[in-house]
Amino acid sequence: MSKLGDLGARLHRGEVGYDFVGNRKIWYAVSILITITAILGLAVRGMNMGIEFQGGAVFTTPKTSVSSTEAEHAAEKASGHDAIVQGLGTGALRIQVSGVETGQADQIKKDIAQDLKLDPEKISAELVGPSWGDQIANKAWQGLAIFLVLVVIYLAIAFEWRMAVAAFVALIHDITITVGIYALVGFEVTPGTVIGLLTILGYSLYDTVVVFDSLKEQTKDITKQTRWTYSEIANRSINSTLVRSINTTVVALLPVAGLLFIGGGVLGAGMLNDISLSLFVGLAAGAYSSIFIATPLVADLKEREPQMKALKKRVLAKRAQAEQAADTAADGPHGDQHEDATPAVVGPRSQSGARSRGRGGKRR
Amino acid sequence: MAAPKKGRSASTQSKPGRALALILIAIVALTGGMFASGHTKPRLGIDLAGGTSITLTAINEPGQPNAINKTNMDTAVEIMNRRVNGLGVSEAEVQTQGNENIIVNIPKGTDSEEARQQVGTTAKLYFRPVLKVEGSGAAALPSTPPSGDASGSASPSPSKSGDKNADNGTDKATSPESASPTGSASPQGRAVTDALKADPTPSPSGSASPSADKASPTPTPSADKATQDLEAAYAKLDCSDPKQRATAGKGKNDEPIIACGEEAPKVWSKFLLGPVGVDGTEITKAQAILDTQNGSGWKVVMDFDSKGGKKFLDVTTKLSSQASPQNQFAIVLDDEVVSHPEVNGPITGGKAEISGSFTQQEAQNLSNMLSYGALPLTFKESSVTTVDAALGGEQLHAGLIAGAIGLALVVIYLLVYYRGLSLIAIASLLVSAALTYVIMSLLGPAIGFALNLPAVCGAIVAIGITADSFIVYFERVRDEIREGRSLRPAVERAWPRARRTILVSDFVSFLAAAVLFVVTVGKVQGFAFTLGLTTLLDVVVVFFFTKPLLTLLARRKFFAGGHRLSGLDPKSLGVQPPLRRTRRPAPADPKEA
Repeated sequence: MSKLGDLGARLHRGEVGYDFVGNRKIWYAVSILITITAILGLAVRGMNMGIEFQGGAVFTTPKTSVSSTEAEHAAEKASGHDAIVQGLGTGALRIQVSGVETGQADQIKKDIAQDLKLDPEKISAELVGPSWGDQIANKAWQGLAIFLVLVVIYLAIAFEWRMAVAAFVALIHDITITVGIYALVGFEVTPGTVIGLLTILGYSLYDTVVVFDSLKEQTKDITKQTRWTYSEIANRSINSTLVRSINTTVVALLPVAGLLFIGGGVLGAGMLNDISLSLFVGLAAGAYSSIFIATPLVADLKEREPQMKALKKRVLAKRAQAEQAADTAADGPHGDQHEDATPAVVGPRSQSGARSRGRGGKRR
Repeated sequence: MAAPKKGRSASTQSKPGRALALILIAIVALTGGMFASGHTKPRLGIDLAGGTSITLTAINEPGQPNAINKTNMDTAVEIMNRRVNGLGVSEAEVQTQGNENIIVNIPKGTDSEEARQQVGTTAKLYFRPVLKVEGSGAAALPSTPPSGDASGSASPSPSKSGDKNADNGTDKATSPESASPTGSASPQGRAVTDALKADPTPSPSGSASPSADKASPTPTPSADKATQDLEAAYAKLDCSDPKQRATAGKGKNDEPIIACGEEAPKVWSKFLLGPVGVDGTEITKAQAILDTQNGSGWKVVMDFDSKGGKKFLDVTTKLSSQASPQNQFAIVLDDEVVSHPEVNGPITGGKAEISGSFTQQEAQNLSNMLSYGALPLTFKESSVTTVDAALGGEQLHAGLIAGAIGLALVVIYLLVYYRGLSLIAIASLLVSAALTYVIMSLLGPAIGFALNLPAVCGAIVAIGITADSFIVYFERVRDEIREGRSLRPAVERAWPRARRTILVSDFVSFLAAAVLFVVTVGKVQGFAFTLGLTTLLDVVVVFFFTKPLLTLLARRKFFAGGHRLSGLDPKSLGVQPPLRRTRRPAPADPKEA
């Protein structure tokens, strides 16, 4: 831990750090690649929609010694449709029959129970009409749209529009990736998945907001100095909240991992598994995007502002001068601390400082 | 790094003991309330407790685009409640969800199949002329004397008069002159003629089951057969038998039917009814009114739309010329006769009133039923979930284990990373968990909140959100310590910023939950509710528990002295000796600038 703590301290002081913003093109490329793959996967393979979206029935038997194939035959005979049978960790069977009307399902349940010599009362059934899934999905999209609009408005007010745009892009990015992974791997999409996906919205933003908060704080008086460009400060604020980001992601993933373990490992399938799976994928994407996409994007947008352009020019000019000064003065290799020992740049620095202060005053 | 101005304004929480006392009192009060109310456990949803949950979605019928609105949905919920509770199910609950869904939850141990049938059908209300009425079952009403002779005299007539009427096409001109036996026959004849007239048109498309089967070029014998069958069915019908009652009352609108009606509790009458005269959807308004002018007591007033008014005029014109009981029309709601008033004369103007010796309750019930009948809503079953109690228990168990594992993992991680500091985090998590549990238990009886599996998931996921608030704060405190501050000022300086971050991020999280809760349907709602609740509680706990507790503990030597295990040890946090720090102020510079 002390190593981690030490790392935290060094990140905090900016001694170490990864140049997230500087290398942003690489990460943009990576993200675009993943996104394209995801969209292609979605277009080519499509989503594996669960019973809840197609309409059909899911029967869960009590613990039984009946084999899956027997159950499959029984279900197919009873319904006249294809059946998928899964053994669950508890010894129970999960029988999925698609394309059945809700009205027929009772009879099918009785037939299956008779065939497998089970008590029909003990068989749990979930019958879904074909349009119910559409309704859930439609409402989810509606919710998504409303949420996005509200969040963009909120972020634009609480922070600024550039951050709102960046957060929006990051959010779309996360959702696309999660959906794409579902399409590519072929995980079944159920209402549980939709729940998970919608939760990612909150989570992904939550993470982004914390980084933005730190960014906003650190760039408050940015025009009053000429030492760092916006991008560099953005990079520093990512690095300084990195420990928190990692901790948060780990702490968020741990309970989800618990859910996944129980839901997937013990129960075999069902709501717990579906929610936690999409959460797991989405959380990972969310942590990635708030660091590698959202903040660099803000920096990119910000650097287009005339003020920030001017700042960058000043900073670069100052650095060039300092370098020259260092070169002429020491005539040796660049010292690590050449920026601290800068008697030569006092003149231009104070000038530019005064200019920028005036501007800052006007801006406020 | 700290902006000095902000840092100093942090001393608002100078009385941490007060906040702690406040939240402890709140917990004690809530817990006390929980025990006092007797609901010491959260109410479990169908998927965890076992039972049947039916989701019904309203279907827009053609020509009625705006039928699905709140009033109609509420009325539908009312009817379904009446129906389900009529089954003797005590704990069944019916509620709307979203704009167009109704959820019916039936706990285990009740006949879910019958309940499904009951709620699945829509309230359909029709006015049909009464052809025959008779007490039915063992406890038949003695006060329906005409039944006996009416049925006896009428039975041979329909075929005859049907033939005759089919031939000459005139129907009611003869009826007033004839004596009671023939009088009873002729409306029936008319009923049959109507059926005959209606029959040829739809029969090629395969209409009614008995008549259409034999709908040969000569429709007359088939109609005779149909009416005879109906007569036979009527004679056999025993309305005191629920099974027979369930099959009665069904049939095409343009054909006569047999039906049952409850005259008084457990006292049934059976009816032979003519084709539908007026459709319930043609009633625009029905109201129970106390007639103060004539002193006739409670009555029900209804308004028809123009089409319905015309039809009603037709029907009443025909009926008023008949003798009892053929001058009655039956109000059939959900295949059951709820009332069969007599008609005194043709009713014009699209308004009608039903008077009689109504009590206020009866009048209101009847007007409610008439209003229900005006509902154009049809529902279809969108999803039906039947969960065996054992499976529900298993799922609850699994959810709890998953939660326990998740919590344990988080606690271990916090312990390893934050050491002594994690005790505060763990205590906060526990307070948060206790509050969530108590509030969930109380919300059960208060707003009908039921804990379902997605809600359990939401609570588990919320562990992460709650823990994150501590992480944000602790990291801030550590940053302050890295700046070289001692613990007490560090705790106070870190708070305002951590507070802002926590509020902003919790707000976003809450916004997500709120939007989900309002917009979505089904299981998503349960999840959103827990997530929103826990996010709110997170803010409460951080403000009133974590922060004050940290302030208090910062005075302890163990933490303030930076004990190795406190998690706040400056050395292990990488704080460098002051000398070096002053030499390298550069990295911290932009933040201060």
